[in-house]
Amino acid sequence: MKKGLKFNIGGIIDEPGNSVETKKDGWRVHKPEVDYDKCTKCGVCAMFCPDGAIFKDKNGNYKWDLDYCKGCGICAQVCPVKAIIMKEEEK
Amino acid sequence: MNNLPEKEYFASGHNACRGCGPAIAMRWIAKAAGDNTVIAHATGCMEVISTLYPYTSWKTPWIHSAFENAGAVGSGVEAALKTLYSKNRPNVLMIGGDGSTFDIGFQALSGAIQRKHNFCYVCYDNEAYQNTGYQRSGATPKYARTTTTPYGKVVHGNDTWQKPMPLIIAAHGAKYIATASVSNVVDLYNKVKKGLEIPGPAYVQVQTPCVPGWGINQASTIQVAKLGVETGAYPLYEIEGGKVKMTRKLEKLVPVKKYLELQARFRNLSEDEVKEFQSRVRYWYKYIESLESKGKVFP
Repeated sequence: MKKGLKFNIGGIIDEPGNSVETKKDGWRVHKPEVDYDKCTKCGVCAMFCPDGAIFKDKNGNYKWDLDYCKGCGICAQVCPVKAIIMKEEEK
Repeated sequence: MNNLPEKEYFASGHNACRGCGPAIAMRWIAKAAGDNTVIAHATGCMEVISTLYPYTSWKTPWIHSAFENAGAVGSGVEAALKTLYSKNRPNVLMIGGDGSTFDIGFQALSGAIQRKHNFCYVCYDNEAYQNTGYQRSGATPKYARTTTTPYGKVVHGNDTWQKPMPLIIAAHGAKYIATASVSNVVDLYNKVKKGLEIPGPAYVQVQTPCVPGWGINQASTIQVAKLGVETGAYPLYEIEGGKVKMTRKLEKLVPVKKYLELQARFRNLSEDEVKEFQSRVRYWYKYIESLESKGKVFP
């Protein structure tokens, strides 16, 4: 949806998945920090992320998309090797 | 784990609370359904947070009409698709919360199963009307504190136990019924996939902890869901062809107190009430387990 909103009749949204345009980084109080030496690349964190903000990069490392991460800390809780620590956001 | 699809059908940027249990379930339900799917959604948390006009998080065709008629809308969609497609027909997935499944939308779902439409209904069970401010629903357990059943001197929270919805649906003659937990998303993924593949009506109910409604820590959503399964409070089973099968067999039930003490909605429970809760949980777990050995118990 472009700036200067144009509304469709009947509440039709014709761009699938356009919620990615709304960033959610302002919701975050804590930020995940990863110790990649400890990480075993199991992918459990990505599995349980409610926001789908964790993705695999080219090297197989899991990275956080901080535009959508709300900082809930589920990833740190479920990590089997405790490689993720939640740190307070600096602003 | 490597065989699971990486593509997301439930996009980031939705407005769910931090640590939302249902949002995790939605991601995996959408993944299980894939792109050849039409979703009919009832009103509820996941409808409100995913489609804040003019934005949507869904990457598949998605329709929302009113609170009570996910079953009716989905039936209509299925009937239309039957006429339009002779092969490679899209799946019909209906999604509703526990309020729209157990109480408000029950008649539409009941009718859809009776008419034997080919669909899979997924109920994400967060055990109250969490979207409108935590009012009790037919899925709220006894003694749970909600805004309509507060904990006082005379009345101690909710005074009814939840409806045995999967068994009610099984009595309707649905082809496939399963319960799942958000603590095991691979199991949830497989069950939704199976429900869509089996011709005829299917029903999957998934327990999804709600952070503000249950009064839990935002990081402990998965921990609470896991304890719900391990204590036997949410037994995982599937009913196929009228036969009950436990998909997670528990050697020994973890004391239910561990599950209750993590949640603020059960904070004021007395020792006797915890004991009553424990005996109810054990009774239902043993009851479902006993159905397994009986063979075909549902039509």
